[in-house]
Amino acid sequence: MKMLVCIKQVPDMESRFRVNSEGVWYDEQDLAFRMNEYDEYAVEQAIRIKEQMGGAADITILSIGPDRVVEAIKKGLAMGGDRGVHIKDEHLYQKDPWQVASVIATFARDKNFDLVLTGLQSQDRGSAQVGVTVAELLGYACATTLVGFDLSGNVVTARRELEGGMRGIVKFNLPAVVTCQLGLNTPRYPTLPNIMKARQKELLSFPVTDFLSVESATTTERMYPPEKKGRGLVLEGDINETADKLVAILKEKTTVLR
Amino acid sequence: MGDHTLMKALLVCEYRQGKLLESTYELLAFAERLAAEKVMLLIGSESEAPNFSGKVYLADAGKYGEYNPDLHKRLVLDIVQKEHPDYIVLLHSSFGWDLAPRVAAALKASQVSEIVGVVDGRFEVPSCNAKMRRLLAPKTAQAVLTIQSGAFSYQGEARGTPQLERVDLAGITPLVEFIGYEAAEKKAVDLAKAEVVVSAGRGIGKKENVETITALARALGGELGATRPVVDSGWVEHTRQVGSSGQIVAPRLYVACGISGAIQHIAGMKKSDFIVAINKDKDAPIGEVANVLVVADVMQFVPALTARLKK
Repeated sequence: MKMLVCIKQVPDMESRFRVNSEGVWYDEQDLAFRMNEYDEYAVEQAIRIKEQMGGAADITILSIGPDRVVEAIKKGLAMGGDRGVHIKDEHLYQKDPWQVASVIATFARDKNFDLVLTGLQSQDRGSAQVGVTVAELLGYACATTLVGFDLSGNVVTARRELEGGMRGIVKFNLPAVVTCQLGLNTPRYPTLPNIMKARQKELLSFPVTDFLSVESATTTERMYPPEKKGRGLVLEGDINETADKLVAILKEKTTVLR
Repeated sequence: MGDHTLMKALLVCEYRQGKLLESTYELLAFAERLAAEKVMLLIGSESEAPNFSGKVYLADAGKYGEYNPDLHKRLVLDIVQKEHPDYIVLLHSSFGWDLAPRVAAALKASQVSEIVGVVDGRFEVPSCNAKMRRLLAPKTAQAVLTIQSGAFSYQGEARGTPQLERVDLAGITPLVEFIGYEAAEKKAVDLAKAEVVVSAGRGIGKKENVETITALARALGGELGATRPVVDSGWVEHTRQVGSSGQIVAPRLYVACGISGAIQHIAGMKKSDFIVAINKDKDAPIGEVANVLVVADVMQFVPALTARLKK
């Protein structure tokens, strides 16, 4: 059982974002980066499958981006991945999802992965396209938005999260690509011994030019903060004074304090 | 591409459990925003055809059933060949974000996800948890677009009788088989009926702090709600989740405690009569829908507010 987990490193979403000098993406300076949250569920699911198979599986953790993304790959290895693949690209932010998917599919094409796992979407770009496009390029079965995963032999029975808490149950054979929704499992924290062990694991590095052969399909013209429209009242300052003001507003504007 | 000035949009209806979803009309609103000629595809039943005066391709649900990615992709591609649309438009939903990239890959076309606005023919999309926006332009002649749920609303009641054209495709072997639906977890509490909902977001810091938020909910005579990350962390039970994948609420008062305002959460509470947000980040997207934004440490402010309400 050969698995490929595709992860992205993204900024902490609690950060304050500023637009970069090109005007098309955020400025990375002063941002703290971490593994894309959705991808943590993908890594965890791969490890659970390996455990279920009594260890008879092999997990490759792949990430594209500048050198900083190695930190995210190492976290994946410390969680339980077997090997890291860093596809080096200083300008990942200039690539569109079509190019990113094409790079992954080109890397994966001759390696006979049985299962490719990734997050439903990235927290920064959020296109929710890459996983599905990889499946289409490889001709694999694909199911997105998974909150349940069960593997029996070569057959996957999965639960997709639909709107309003409903789920859709789907069944497909490997090879396949799945995209993971939050809540699919509980991603583990790497333990200190496993962090130490991860340092000894294989980490391969390739330039993105080895795998990139397509032009982008979409141009980002600019990035900007959303227009502040219809903004309400902003209360700041001393906690007690602010609380008094808020109580007065609730009494005046709502009927809930009568 | 037909008329050189008029764009054509193929709108892919959403249909689930034998019903056309209301959100289908948002596709019509979006196409009108683009001033595009409209043609629709419904993979469903004739009795559920949308109210629309134009051509609707109908693929029978009896044969094509509920959402099946491979079959639906082939049907969309079949209509694309017949109609040569400039745009293929779907909702950014569990249906649309699953199907759209398959169609785009087959057409080698640009895909723009989760459109919230149109500016000079360019598409505006949210990024970074809705803290930023980007303006995108497709480079390919055809483009596949998904629109954010609720971003384009249809004004008034849709009327019209469609001109139906049946489509049928043979010989498709789908890779994914649809087995059935599983109903949402039973709601222990119906938040939709609460007059006041006080919700906890990740900004409350830790599970032990949920009690402080519950105390405010009690003081206001309301119910506790929570965001998805809080629920996924096991701090609050699933049945209290507010948002597009949880409960949709519209109480008289909604208090968002330590909630930055992810799109999925806002979709579940923006129709509340009055919204108070308590957040340390003045620029958090929740501020866009709040009537009052209190910029403060939520764990300091909430007890101060609760104490006043108890008096």
